Amino acid sequence: MLVYVIPLCSMIIGLALVLTLARLIKGPDMPDRILALDTLYINAIALLVLLGIWLGSDLYFEAALLIAVMGFVGTVAVAKYLLRGDIIE
Amino acid sequence: MSTRRWLPQPMLSLLLLVVWLLLMNNFGLGHWLLGALLGVLIPLVTQVFWDHPPRIHKPVKLCLFFLRVLGDIVTANLEVAKLILGSPDKLQPAFFEVPMLLEDELALTMLASVISLTPGTVSADLSDDRKTLLVHGLNVVDEAAAVAEIKQRYEAPLLEVFTCSST
Amino acid sequence: MNFWIEALIALFLLLGSLFALIGAIGLYRLPDFFMRLHGPTKATTLGVGGMVIASLIYFGAGDGTLSLHELLIALFLFITAPVSAHMLAKAALQQKLRLSERTRGRPWEQ
Repeated sequence: MLVYVIPLCSMIIGLALVLTLARLIKGPDMPDRILALDTLYINAIALLVLLGIWLGSDLYFEAALLIAVMGFVGTVAVAKYLLRGDIIE
Repeated sequence: MSTRRWLPQPMLSLLLLVVWLLLMNNFGLGHWLLGALLGVLIPLVTQVFWDHPPRIHKPVKLCLFFLRVLGDIVTANLEVAKLILGSPDKLQPAFFEVPMLLEDELALTMLASVISLTPGTVSADLSDDRKTLLVHGLNVVDEAAAVAEIKQRYEAPLLEVFTCSST
Repeated sequence: MNFWIEALIALFLLLGSLFALIGAIGLYRLPDFFMRLHGPTKATTLGVGGMVIASLIYFGAGDGTLSLHELLIALFLFITAPVSAHMLAKAALQQKLRLSERTRGRPWEQ
């Protein structure tokens, strides 16, 4: 069963990524674009966990955790830049 | 008195131990010891950086609160999913202000995060005097009821857990 | 692998990916920024949560050993998603983004 479900799920997440990308390109303002980037990395984590199940490998966990950490730091840094015009004051 | 000196923040130590065990994904004796060592050392070393270390008076109550929040997250997601898939013209977005009694920094952060994670509300800003929280709701019919629900459902348990850290 | 375990994994995977899709749909079609903020902060965290639970069951049932470290991803996202949403909302308030006309109540000026 998983042989069919996993490709289906990756297609659904792929569709989500395309919609987010459309918002990233269209987004009228800066915060919209940052929000789209934020969603993009969260969806990438979901895709990585899915890939880990598909390949039956535990290794992708570390990559997903790293993306979670770095994505959060990146989002906060860019939002801070928008707020203050400077990241480190 | 001596336990307070060696374990200034027991909850933080416990959290560090659990995260270490999860990160190693190995529940052998060695990892328990190493995790416990880290859990004791890290709060001691970073003690000087904490201006007002949070005091958790009722840990069991806090756990119950987290379980309830976890349940609320699931229902909140179903609700928001329904709103998103429905017609966007019917939504009634609103900003409203929630006055707060909490003073502890950690408790404030928790309340703001919980509001963001649960039904149709996102905390948007904190007033400069830390007394009011600006909340945006996706579909609010009655602002007063929404404020009352937040206060009764989430603020009251947090107040009980972090009671009177200043006095 | 047992049929029912596989069905459970498939259920959680579908649930997770559907929530991720709903979050993205919300991001795409809602009219103003503050409404768009609701989609990703809620739906996507539960999306990743569903994936992580499926992964837990899969690796737990596969070799019989308990493997809980995927929980860290979900825990981390549950802590960080509200924080980044709050930061973005603050930035948007400061930039005075256009609000949908139906929004009741106005954000304060500080």
